[in-house]
Amino acid sequence: MAEPLRFRDDAAASDPAVTVDAFVEQTNALAVRIEPGDDARKLLPFLDRLRLVEVNFPAFGDGRGYSAARILRETGYTGELRAVGDVLVDQLAYLKRCGFDAFDPDQPLDAGDVETALGRFPEVYQPTTDGRPPIWNIRHGKSHG
Amino acid sequence: MYQYDQYDQAMVDARVEEFRDQCQRRIEGKLTEDQFKPLRLMNGLYLQLHAYMLRVAIPYGTLSGRQMRALAGIADKFDRKYGHFTTRQNIQYNWIKLEDAGDILADLAKVEMHAIQTSGNCIRNISSDHFAGAAADEVADPRPYAELLRQWSSFHPEFSYLPRKFKFAVIASETDRAAMRLHDIGIQILKNDAGELGAAFYVGGGMGRTPMIAPCIRQFVPLDQLITYSEACLRVYNRYGRRDNKYKARIKILVHELGAEEYTRQVEAEFAHLLEQGIEPPLAELARIRTYFEDPAFDVGAADEIDRSDPDFAVWVDRNTHPHKQAGYVSAVISLKPVGGIPGDATADQMRLMAELAEDYSFDECRVIHTQNIVLPHVRKADLFAVWQKLEAAGLGTPNLDQVGDIIACPGLDYCSLANARSIPVAQRISERFAANGKGDTLGELKLKISGCINACGHHHAGHIGILGVDKKGVENYQLLLGGSEAEDTSLGKITGPGFSEEGIVDAVETAADVYLAQRQDGERFLDTYRRIGMEPFKEALYG
Repeated sequence: MAEPLRFRDDAAASDPAVTVDAFVEQTNALAVRIEPGDDARKLLPFLDRLRLVEVNFPAFGDGRGYSAARILRETGYTGELRAVGDVLVDQLAYLKRCGFDAFDPDQPLDAGDVETALGRFPEVYQPTTDGRPPIWNIRHGKSHG
Repeated sequence: MYQYDQYDQAMVDARVEEFRDQCQRRIEGKLTEDQFKPLRLMNGLYLQLHAYMLRVAIPYGTLSGRQMRALAGIADKFDRKYGHFTTRQNIQYNWIKLEDAGDILADLAKVEMHAIQTSGNCIRNISSDHFAGAAADEVADPRPYAELLRQWSSFHPEFSYLPRKFKFAVIASETDRAAMRLHDIGIQILKNDAGELGAAFYVGGGMGRTPMIAPCIRQFVPLDQLITYSEACLRVYNRYGRRDNKYKARIKILVHELGAEEYTRQVEAEFAHLLEQGIEPPLAELARIRTYFEDPAFDVGAADEIDRSDPDFAVWVDRNTHPHKQAGYVSAVISLKPVGGIPGDATADQMRLMAELAEDYSFDECRVIHTQNIVLPHVRKADLFAVWQKLEAAGLGTPNLDQVGDIIACPGLDYCSLANARSIPVAQRISERFAANGKGDTLGELKLKISGCINACGHHHAGHIGILGVDKKGVENYQLLLGGSEAEDTSLGKITGPGFSEEGIVDAVETAADVYLAQRQDGERFLDTYRRIGMEPFKEALYG
């Protein structure tokens, strides 16, 4: 299996990811896997001990994982946020903007296509926690998100 | 009107390249059709019955003459010399080749246009009042808010794979000319008691197979929280909207199943959280956008009288013009509903004429109405006769705004892969019938809307008279609905009873019109009479 595509400097967590329900009940689990129907906010009391959150995309058209990711980043989660499952190159830029910093797709991504996809748009219209300043801030001399 | 700066232009240019690349990867087999389909849809490219259809966005329906000319050029170069204006203020081309799509987008980008998010399960083109900036009754021009929403919703990373499509409409007057409460989110810009501008949010309206009128979930959102509140509404929907059944995936079903109160509670909780994230644009951005929508240099001394000595012209003036806030001006409506014509279609030559009239007589601006007509928003009364003569000569002078011949019709089974029945021929026969028998001129306002399937693209639920085409054991059959309205008195039409054949539905509409003519009291429109006397007299005449 191909190595996950990572945009982090730390070592990849190798802990097995458990379900949200199992994670909440185990005091020693470090990794969790969010399914589309799970409420990411259930994890908020445990952000300190979390090293890895996997968000599963059983089908790329199910966009619930984008909200889960943003909620975790907005509430202070700084560990690895990994998109897994039906993760395709055409969704990569949006996933990254929502806070994902690791990708472990079912089908391996073409490195050239990844580079093209992530470099496609020079600017962004909306602020997220990725720190890129939205166009409406740049226009008015604010160069931060 | 709004003009792109270097940032807007760079985004649209990047999108052209991205889509060319996606098409190329599809051709190379790197993308399966299932993977490619949502990508092409998010660029307005549908595979219809006979060819690809491309839908081009016209944000809040506003076009310059140059843009209208570019649309004509695309019709000439890539289609069959015509285009079809839609109920969401867009235009679509029916005979597109996949290999031309990238070049069409490049032509559009040259005039600050695009097809971004004109389909797919994402936030669609933001629609608005077609008389914005001209109507005497608005508290503000709604379009700066629509433009801000356009930017925010373009390439939104969190909301591009929603449960289902998502449509906004923004108005700024008590009179609703944009079917605001029949949108996923309807926004009414208004003033509070302190005289400050803000936004009332109506969420969970829509037509389709389960029509719903949106409840107001917040009376007043301050302008410096508009985007944050929208984001909260969308996030709750993205997380909890149904994904198990595409027919129950629109936000109206979520709001209905949760109840407006519980949905509102969840939105308010998310809103409180998002306020802390600082995602709202600076108010300076709204101020910047507003500068593009300032009044044009009206001739303040323009004569306020219209020479009505030509009787045909006088009829057109009475029916196809709308009062303007500036003395000496009107908004003039160009009907794309000639007798027996295809509702909303315009030839490339007609588009060029409309562009010329916009440039010469309307400060270089025209608008698309959701009823599939075109507005010249700012015409001097003194110029009106000259405008009308040119329209007449081009077959664009039909005096039937909001009359029985001004029919909304979806493309139906002539084009659409979803349709169960044809809409266009039914519209043509009804239009011809009421022109031939002369009753069209006596009926006054009568909004007739036809859909060729239950998806309701032809707004049949909201017609004073609505027609729904269905497939009945392999034969086209048409149900008749009465009493709908998309205006500020929003209501949903009710089915009269058993459906009719293609010929029968034309007779049935005439029968319903006859009941009205026999029963109407002073000044009543069809809708008013229906509301007063109810369904029974109509049923009696139709089936009795």
